[in-house]
Amino acid sequence: MRSLSKAQIITYMQALTNRAKQVERKPMTLLERAYLPAIFKGMAITFGHMFKKRPTINYPEVKRPFSPVFRGLHILNRDEEGRENCTACGLCAVACPAEAITMEAAERKAGEENLYREEKYAAKYEINMLRCIFCGLCEEACPKDAIYLSETFAPANFQRKGFIYGKDDLLIPNPITEPEAFAEARGNRAQVAR
Amino acid sequence: MAEEIKTFKVTIDNITIDVPAGTTVLNAARQIGGEVAPPAMCYYSKLQGSGGKCRTCLVEVAAGSTADPRPMPKLVASCRTTVMDGMIVKNITSDKVKDARAGVVEFLLLNHPLDCPICDQAGECHLQDLGYEHGKEGTRYEFARRTFEKEDIGPYIQLHMTRCILCYRCTYVADQLTDKRVHGILDRGEHAEISTYISKAIDNDFSGNMIDVCPVGALTDRTFRFKNRVWFTKPVDAHRTCDTPGCCGNVTLWLRGNEVFRVTARKDEWGEVQSFDGKPGWICNTCRFEKKKTVDWVIEGVTKVNRHSVISQGNYENLVMPKETIQEVMGGREPKLLMDIHDESEVNKPGVHLSEIAGPAHSDVFEENR
Ligand code: SF4
Ligand code: SF4
Ligand code: SF4
Ligand code: FES
Repeated sequence: MRSLSKAQIITYMQALTNRAKQVERKPMTLLERAYLPAIFKGMAITFGHMFKKRPTINYPEVKRPFSPVFRGLHILNRDEEGRENCTACGLCAVACPAEAITMEAAERKAGEENLYREEKYAAKYEINMLRCIFCGLCEEACPKDAIYLSETFAPANFQRKGFIYGKDDLLIPNPITEPEAFAEARGNRAQVAR
Repeated sequence: MAEEIKTFKVTIDNITIDVPAGTTVLNAARQIGGEVAPPAMCYYSKLQGSGGKCRTCLVEVAAGSTADPRPMPKLVASCRTTVMDGMIVKNITSDKVKDARAGVVEFLLLNHPLDCPICDQAGECHLQDLGYEHGKEGTRYEFARRTFEKEDIGPYIQLHMTRCILCYRCTYVADQLTDKRVHGILDRGEHAEISTYISKAIDNDFSGNMIDVCPVGALTDRTFRFKNRVWFTKPVDAHRTCDTPGCCGNVTLWLRGNEVFRVTARKDEWGEVQSFDGKPGWICNTCRFEKKKTVDWVIEGVTKVNRHSVISQGNYENLVMPKETIQEVMGGREPKLLMDIHDESEVNKPGVHLSEIAGPAHSDVFEENR
């Protein structure tokens, strides 16, 4: 077989950029062959880092503060009377690029006015967290102030079925019947002025 | 020889067209098509006497005719103005028209509840389109909007009077398609409302067509109520042999999987029912409300939907599905699924058929199927 020179190989391979460098194959100097100086140089870098500020934290004892625009697990919101805001309009589902949201709507019956804010509500509402890419477009799309991405992660799970979040998992605690849980879920970040 | 039909030359937005004498400006513009055609909320070409109520179709007449080329002093309703020879009309090329139309949209929305997230018409509502294309953001109205209780008119039709724009189309349907009209407009002006005399049920065979002519969500199909959003259902053209006299049997089925969620008449590009053999394609209530199985219908193919409409979301034209290769690469074995979504998901369960419930679903339907 005909052998190719290095330069030929490079042209043959059609380098993607013009930054390709030929490897130098000069024989090593005495200092380089002595081996130990290079070891000490490397060690100096390693030990030097011990006295620098550590970039890591001891999770889960310490947690990082989230950025104000962090997009985590969704919550379904309630109004101040504890009624569900979502009216199953489907705008979040049509906005969702991952097709993660599904729902089924029902008509509010007489006597259910304290449960649902609107005449129509989501009887079923599900987000498949395996599909979700946490883009926040559902939150942008919602006309009813009903869905928000919170500052929580979806917890890890051994099984896929643990990632199908229904209304039980998503709804924020009721501010009337469980005020403490509601306050905790709400968090203490200052309300953004509209 | 037949008498030659007199034609008039009319110029709309700098496009000249010959139309028979007696044609309205709106219809002449529709013959040109596209953006030139003014929007119409009350005029309906298949209903005699309709038009002249809503003023969305206002146009500017820059020259009345060749004989009298003076411009008309005010904007005119194009659905009620017939063309004259040499008439020059400005629609979208006139700033006056654009301004007036934005004003009309504001008027139509004065008492509107803006409850699109709840309304079943959302996605195919002419008022939504009109507001989106010609309206302004915001309103200057500061008074309480008028409110009404929602009303069942007959077993199949739900009236949300708050959404009505008083276009009178439904009353024309009742007059011209059904033998006895039992609903109409009560009171006047601010108090005018559509109602049945003392909530008398409308049980005529063709009453369902009111749902199709209603440009807004005031009259909606109770059998589809809250079942799904229109853009998540897939429209297909279908027909059946219907023996109700006057029913054309050509419809659009709105499917979700194999379930028929809704049946409507077929619509043309102006949102009106299509004509078949020169006759408007009205359909009867049996076709519309009682044939909710795919076996009842001969399906012709997917309905063409304007690609700017939200209904076209998820429907891809010329879609070619790639060949399934899993079995090939796995030596004929089926892939082992780690999860079947229906085992876990409570939505769209294979055993639950929302389309088979008569009215809207309620909490008990979902309680039973947990
Ligand atoms: S965050 Fe994005 S991907 Fe996740 S459900 Fe919302 S819209 Fe869909
Ligand atoms: S969460 Fe918001 S956008 Fe989604 S269905 Fe409910 S009301 Fe509509
Ligand atoms: S109910 Fe619909 S069709 Fe009838 S007048 Fe009102 S808007 Fe027009
Ligand atoms: S369409 Fe002409 S006035 Fe309504």
